[in-house]
Amino acid sequence: MKSKKINIKKSTLTTLITIAGIIVAYIIMNTLSNGGFLSYKMQGLLVPICAYAILAVSLNLVVGLLGELSLGHAGFLYVGAYTGAIFTNITADMISNDLVRFILGMVVGGVFAAIFGLIIGSAVLKLQGDYLAIVTLAFGEIIRSVLGNVLYISKDSSGLHFDVNDGSTLNPQDMIAKGAQGITVQRLSTFLIGIILLILTVLIVMNLSDSRAGRAIKAVRDNKIATEAVGISVSKYRLMAFTISAALAGVAGVYYAHNFATLTGTKFDFNFSINILVMVVLGGMGNIPGSIIAAIILTILPEEIRFLGNYRMVIYAVVLIVMMIFSWNPKCIEFRKVVSAKIKSVFKKKNKEVQ
Amino acid sequence: MKKFTRVAAGLLAVALAATMAAGCSKQGSGSKDSDKFYIGGIGPTTGGAAVYGNAVKNAAQIAVDEINEAGGINGYKIEYKFEDDEHNAEKSVNAYNSLKDWGMQILMGTVTTDPCKAVVAESGNDNMFQLTPSASSTDVIKGKNVFQVCFTDPNQGTASAKYIGEHKLASKVAVIYDSSDVYSSGIYENFAAEAKNQGFEIATAQTFTSDAKSEFSVQVKACVDSGADLIFLPIYYQEASLIIKEANDEGAKVTFFGCDGLDGLLSVDGFDKKLAEGVMLLTPFSADSTEERTAAFVKNYKEKYNDTPNQFAADAYDAIYIIKAAIEKADVKPSQSVSEIGDALEKAITELTYEGITGKGMTWSESGEVNKDPMAVVIKNGVYVSAE
Amino acid sequence: MSFISNIIDGINLGSIYAIIALGYTMVYGIAKMLNFAHGDVIMIGGYVLYEIIQGLGYHPLLAIFLSMLVCTVLGVVIERVAYKPLRGATSLAVLITAIGVSYLLQNVAQLIFTSNPKNFDSGIDFGTISLAGGDLKIKGSTILTIVVSAAIVVGLLIFIKKSKTGRAMLAVSEDKDAARLMGVDVNKTIAITFAIGSALAAIASFFMLTAMPNLTPTTGSMPGIKAFVAAVFGGIGSIPGAFVGGILLGIIESLSKKYISTTLANAIVFLVLIIVLIFKPTGLFGKKIKEKV
Repeated sequence: MKSKKINIKKSTLTTLITIAGIIVAYIIMNTLSNGGFLSYKMQGLLVPICAYAILAVSLNLVVGLLGELSLGHAGFLYVGAYTGAIFTNITADMISNDLVRFILGMVVGGVFAAIFGLIIGSAVLKLQGDYLAIVTLAFGEIIRSVLGNVLYISKDSSGLHFDVNDGSTLNPQDMIAKGAQGITVQRLSTFLIGIILLILTVLIVMNLSDSRAGRAIKAVRDNKIATEAVGISVSKYRLMAFTISAALAGVAGVYYAHNFATLTGTKFDFNFSINILVMVVLGGMGNIPGSIIAAIILTILPEEIRFLGNYRMVIYAVVLIVMMIFSWNPKCIEFRKVVSAKIKSVFKKKNKEVQ
Repeated sequence: MKKFTRVAAGLLAVALAATMAAGCSKQGSGSKDSDKFYIGGIGPTTGGAAVYGNAVKNAAQIAVDEINEAGGINGYKIEYKFEDDEHNAEKSVNAYNSLKDWGMQILMGTVTTDPCKAVVAESGNDNMFQLTPSASSTDVIKGKNVFQVCFTDPNQGTASAKYIGEHKLASKVAVIYDSSDVYSSGIYENFAAEAKNQGFEIATAQTFTSDAKSEFSVQVKACVDSGADLIFLPIYYQEASLIIKEANDEGAKVTFFGCDGLDGLLSVDGFDKKLAEGVMLLTPFSADSTEERTAAFVKNYKEKYNDTPNQFAADAYDAIYIIKAAIEKADVKPSQSVSEIGDALEKAITELTYEGITGKGMTWSESGEVNKDPMAVVIKNGVYVSAE
Repeated sequence: MSFISNIIDGINLGSIYAIIALGYTMVYGIAKMLNFAHGDVIMIGGYVLYEIIQGLGYHPLLAIFLSMLVCTVLGVVIERVAYKPLRGATSLAVLITAIGVSYLLQNVAQLIFTSNPKNFDSGIDFGTISLAGGDLKIKGSTILTIVVSAAIVVGLLIFIKKSKTGRAMLAVSEDKDAARLMGVDVNKTIAITFAIGSALAAIASFFMLTAMPNLTPTTGSMPGIKAFVAAVFGGIGSIPGAFVGGILLGIIESLSKKYISTTLANAIVFLVLIIVLIFKPTGLFGKKIKEKV
């Protein structure tokens, strides 16, 4: 109960604990990795885990805080990844410092994703619930079709050239983005950069949720009409949440893309968005640390059950269904309440005895 | 509700600790046998591209079993493990790392091009010898440790255009290709470039994407309307079978010409083979071949997996034997490090001449590209016949 | 003439979307959930058809009947096991569960039927009709698809208006609790809705495979999503809306394939959807959402 004495706000405390947790996790993983105690598989998963955690936290901003269902998070991620990768490619001979180039690339990716977030956000202002969900889904599919199939970009001494058909008008030697064949990406992402990004994301999202704006966003979620009645501009805050969420997803996309040598559109489909959504729902809507933990588990789990062979995805699906039923079935919730109350009462007794 | 959140957080934390602990075994600490070669394979065995991954997985298994039964390579048995990558670059890298934990020394994979690009970046760092049966882009062989069994995309696109031009098969050619697929659009681009030198015109180039590859009436109608007398199909056999059927329904009188992806056309479940009469393809492998080794392999595969092997399977079967030949040539031992084996095999494979079921007298250049002759075949009476 | 034949192709495609969309829209109207596994029920129905017609060699009509039976049972079982325990939970939880079911069906299908694609051939020759002196050819299967889907819509509308079960469905979709008080068995009504939707999936499966004969474990996903789009397009929950939405979607897709780009056809469909929703936020036939304070 120290927190009350020092008078730190509870939300600030949660933020601090979350960030401390991330740092401790980083130190542990780094030590293990340096000591050679970490399997190759885990080492390989560190960067994707950071990327997924950022994605889950940023989606939680829309799903948890704003209370709207978004099925197109992969679209924002892909916009960011694409523009960021193009940027680091074309500036390869201009900016020699990899880190500076990478950071600028993330800024570019974040800005482009934010622009799309703003566009989509304003398009869906009037929409609600499943209608909004379907628009975000549609947006994700459009992005994937355009960037991942028909856009060809080349760069030569006279600047950038674009082709939106089959790239036959461009010089193959200077081609950067080759439609379905994607972009060849330099590997720049490291675990440390991911951790720093994750901490920044947590700070931004948690501060936002606790700020005046965040309270307004939550008010919009809980009761839109009442919120409007007290003079809070619903549209402004919805738009704000959408844009920030998209920008963070864009940055995560740049980070994700620069961990693999290749970036193509096929994988950023509807299922990708769904996977992020599963992390948010499993971790608890509005629960930021929950999102991070769920992202870690859901990234590692499919890898840990590789020994199941082709039964792997069947088991994964069953686990998913069972987990959802366990956490949301009214009877299961009741059952858990009873159990936790019992545990509590046991603890309380002990406490009394001690006193 | 708050209590619940706390309980849930507790549960999540426990699960987290468990998964983390599972990942904390020491690197490459699998129960490794020092007198076995550990060969890993990667490819999609689930998801939309599963048919290719499973073909490779199964055929390689046959080759491994044969070699082990015959006493192994220089007396060393092969330990073989295949991991799924769902045709996804991220999962492919995960599969690669999992196999490294298992103790992989040589990689036979990956099956599809895009994941292969991502894995090549990893295997290059380890200097692990990598032989891909079927990833055909030139991007995948940029590293010095990577070699191909199949033709490269430019090679196939150019060779097809040359063949059509030299044999004067058509003056107007229509193309239908998968614009969302690396293999297909890669071949198309090179085909289109070479067509200019070969004196025939590309009347129309129609596309489809992996999201819409079950219905081709629009594309086929456009090809027919363009007046083309040949349709070039740099795609896989399943979509080709639908296009050929659609063209037949339309009453089109055209010749079809394809690349190695078209092999398998005759074994598509439910496809009327009569429609495939006259289809031409450049392929190094034919499941109907009477050549002894091919026939034995096809028979074996059918018995074991109840299916006719396709191009991918044949490439994988060869891949395992090529690895064997390279190991014998370089005389490496399983006790050597991954990088040592890599160095030795990278040198040995360029000095090798290999007689396989997907080509006679196969040799490799240092770039990783294979030299073998594509064979033009035409389907007559339900079997491949040399087109020459 | 090619324009008209293109429109007809679009209506054919649209009719198929419409039958699938009916399954989505009915379930949504009553259970207020997006059943993302619907597309995969179609896929399972397709495998049943394939195995019975091409594997065992029985008559297509028998196959359709058995496929309807299998899909109906499957739909009801899914509802019982996966969705019913979550009644009253947030719609997001049900959505994720539906996606879990979708993964499950796809992967089980792959284990049973392997990932090898199958070419479907019903063995029925529907013939072709030539109009305008042979300039315009219409496949018999196209006409049958359109007629059947229209008949299904009319049948459903009559069923819901006239029959007791139909009116119970209407009541449950209006207000679940009030319906329960009036003596409607809510669980049974929802189960019946799933049964009807799934039986329609089997019919959709037959026409879909006749038009696009490619059968793989992932066959159902894209048409499923498109039909979902069609349902939203027309106003989700509305039966005539699903029909009109499906047809329009089919025509848009067919025209953009022909005149704009085959690669971008999907993107154009989705773009039109966004534009429609911006101007009509609840779809073409959707009810206005009443906002209560």
